[in-house]
Amino acid sequence: MMTFPMHPFITALIGGALIGLSASLLLLFNGRIAGISGIAGGLLSTPNRSEWAWRLAFLCGLLGGGLLLRAFWPHVLGAPIVSGAAWVVASGLLVGFGTRLANGCTSGHGVCGISRGAPRSLVATLTFMATGAITVFLVRHVLGGAP
Amino acid sequence: MSTWVTAAVAGLLFSLGLGMGGMTDPARVQGFLDFTGAWDPTLAFVMGGALAVHAPFSWLIRRRSAPVLAPAFPELSKTRVDGRLLLGASLFGMGWGLSGYCPGPALTSLVTGGGMVALFVLSMLGGMWLFDSLSNSSGRAKKRQTTERVGEPTREAA
Repeated sequence: MMTFPMHPFITALIGGALIGLSASLLLLFNGRIAGISGIAGGLLSTPNRSEWAWRLAFLCGLLGGGLLLRAFWPHVLGAPIVSGAAWVVASGLLVGFGTRLANGCTSGHGVCGISRGAPRSLVATLTFMATGAITVFLVRHVLGGAP
Repeated sequence: MSTWVTAAVAGLLFSLGLGMGGMTDPARVQGFLDFTGAWDPTLAFVMGGALAVHAPFSWLIRRRSAPVLAPAFPELSKTRVDGRLLLGASLFGMGWGLSGYCPGPALTSLVTGGGMVALFVLSMLGGMWLFDSLSNSSGRAKKRQTTERVGEPTREAA
């Protein structure tokens, strides 16, 4: 198993830069916003064929990157914190429904929207970080562990 | 070059960035959100790196009249902070805190073959589908009154 030879902060910065580069490529060539919830959600809601192609290609690229990670740095891939199936389903539903209702997730609002200077995205990012932190607080420090 | 090639390259870079940054490790995500415990600030650097690259590039790119492979930049349909945004972001944050997964890392982690990750992704897609079917059924009544707008922009993230 290979580990990254650098301080985690540096690795994180490089990882972030790759995400920024990816978002820039998609905007420059396709004119699209690299919001994962929007790209994946669009596959479920759009009947348009050309809309399908690039979305599906993006997701295939995403999985291709995942395979490279699995081959070279498997330690970076984990599993959901909650272990009970009901909790996994509940958290998945919250993430899917919530990101579509808010029109974006960590990438669409947190990276693309804030990069553009959109107040809406800054508000969304602060909101999901706040409710995320409250949830972790309740799970870790009130319930005393993941359900 | 067609739009799906550039989209695939962007997807590949995206998940490599997620993995390198630590976003695909739910334990690290929870550590980042655990402000009252042993706070792990690493993921702030992922966001910092992404913004440092994308903010200047997106400013430059938007000065162009059009993307390289598309006729125009789609207009963003939503600009206001409203209840939908706040409620949606709140629900998303809860699910993110509970599972340690946001959409990109969850989809990327499908390659582990883990049953719980697959269950999470299925539920997430189910939540998206639920939202679409609810908004379609409530939007249909409105659509009947306002005659169909031609070239309505596709709903974009953010």
